[in-house]
Amino acid sequence: MIGGEPIDPEVFIPSRPIVDAGEAVAGESPLRLTIAVFTQNRLAVLGLFVVIFFALFCFLGPVFYHTNQVLTNLGIEDQGPSLRHLLGTDDVGYDILGRLMVGGQTTLVVGLVVALLATSFGVVWGAIAGFTGGIVDTVLMRTVDAMLAIPTLFLLLFLASIFTPSEPLLIVVIASVAWLVPSRLVRAESLSLRTRQFVEASQEQGAGPVHIIARHIIPNVFGTVAVNATFQVADAILAVTSLSFLGLGIPPPAANWGSMLSNGVNYVYSGYWWQIWPAGLCIVVVVVAFNFIGDGLRDAFEVRLQQR
Amino acid sequence: MRAFLIRRTIQAIVVLFGVSVIVFILLHLLPGGPAKAVLGIRANKAQIHAFNVRYGLLKPLPVQYLDWLNQLVHLNLGFSYKQNQSVDSLLAENIPRTLILVGVSTVLALMVAIPAGIYQAVRRNKPEDYTLTGMSFLFYSMPTFFLGTILIIIFSQTLPLLPSTGPTAALPMIDQIPNLVLPILTLTLVTIALFSRYMRSSILENLVQDYVRTATSKGVSRRVILFRHVLPNAILPIITLVGLSLPGILSGALITEALFNYPGMGLLFWNAAITDDFPVMLGTTIVVGAAVVAGSLLADVLYAVFDPRVRYS
Repeated sequence: MIGGEPIDPEVFIPSRPIVDAGEAVAGESPLRLTIAVFTQNRLAVLGLFVVIFFALFCFLGPVFYHTNQVLTNLGIEDQGPSLRHLLGTDDVGYDILGRLMVGGQTTLVVGLVVALLATSFGVVWGAIAGFTGGIVDTVLMRTVDAMLAIPTLFLLLFLASIFTPSEPLLIVVIASVAWLVPSRLVRAESLSLRTRQFVEASQEQGAGPVHIIARHIIPNVFGTVAVNATFQVADAILAVTSLSFLGLGIPPPAANWGSMLSNGVNYVYSGYWWQIWPAGLCIVVVVVAFNFIGDGLRDAFEVRLQQR
Repeated sequence: MRAFLIRRTIQAIVVLFGVSVIVFILLHLLPGGPAKAVLGIRANKAQIHAFNVRYGLLKPLPVQYLDWLNQLVHLNLGFSYKQNQSVDSLLAENIPRTLILVGVSTVLALMVAIPAGIYQAVRRNKPEDYTLTGMSFLFYSMPTFFLGTILIIIFSQTLPLLPSTGPTAALPMIDQIPNLVLPILTLTLVTIALFSRYMRSSILENLVQDYVRTATSKGVSRRVILFRHVLPNAILPIITLVGLSLPGILSGALITEALFNYPGMGLLFWNAAITDDFPVMLGTTIVVGAAVVAGSLLADVLYAVFDPRVRYS
């Protein structure tokens, strides 16, 4: 089992009755079990397919559907859906369907990279705080508390107004407030992991704290972290959208779904529905998909924990 | 109880100091320093130097921090050169209006989310449960301004029932109730979605407790169990939930105010962010951070009042 907990074969009592060789519950690897529970959750699998579909749509789509997303063309602005422009054009003449593809690339990449950065940093911070304990823990976690006290959007707006946004800078800005939640989760888990026997054993063998944190604590918080990372992607996409609406996203001609939606919302009275609904639906569908995946992962990892 | 109160209050004060340090760091992240931010980018060296001397910006950072803390304690939050008003007077004007928006929305959200959570827990895994969970998922995944725009389309365009802009600052709020409906409705829906994530599981956790089994086996009716036993116990985590959700609700309020042009603290902050009005931004951040710390302290204390187990941990 994960964590290297020694099992004495003579006293091992399986937690569930072993039905037959075909079921092989007692010997099943945790990874297989997790995947099995995940695939049983239809919503989670649906979410996964949706994400894969959008990834293909955004990255492979432009190969088949060529549009110019850099040069504006004011002659064809605000046109409804037609054979030439399947979803119409926006207020400066960009083709909307093509812009959805290119914008989706930015949106998805920003979401994933933010989740990766925020999770990595938060995990290390939380693991050090939880495992070391004492004054280090207090200082590290009070810092987290202080940053959490300021509402995310206020901090984001502040940072975005100081630093003119570009895609990498936006990623850094959002990640710098997103790491707080994983750090709290990991700290709580490391506090309980610290008391486990395999950690004690490792310490008695002379392992230093760096080794224990890196090789024992962090791999064991993987479940919680993976679930949280999925929700981070969803939250990051919503954050980019909100920032774009408030005028502090990435400036054109760079596209992302958030700026497309907030742009379109300006024309709600003109009835240009194609500038609003496609981008809005893309955002909602992808965010819901990531939320489904996160919920599915959470159930899958919980079952595995119960098996221990 | 007293030990718990003292411990918790000290923790809150430490966090409050942390908030002030963070805002101080933000102040010094400003490009070109506070001098350029206030005087403008064309300020020459002599003007910048005079400004720095006047505002003590040449002293070592820890000294500056203490000076600034001193100002804060005396409620001097600075002066907005862009709006030609002191920051505290700006905040004093706008905070009450945001309080109306946030207060009414939170109360309405609780009035909807708690019964919905109970209904979902009682009918768990049935179609009603899935429908409500699905709806809250949907609202949770929508950008707030998108939800607000949809409401505008429904209630201002398709059925011209309500105005699409928020109230103006010139008239008292009480005379502009139609203008208040859509902003409050938007924030309420967003807050319901925020609460519903944990409401159902919190009530569900209580339904499977032993004391419910005991009461059922004694023959107590389902309704009495629900309202006399489960509900009081389930309300407790909701107090904590509201305390924890405060930053989220304030962020939602910011977007709602920006969308509807609602003259509150969020709109003030947003305008300041767009126009680089840093004194206002810093002052608002400090006030909001302090409000959140106070709110979660209050929530924890209330929880300890109602749940004695917490005080002795």
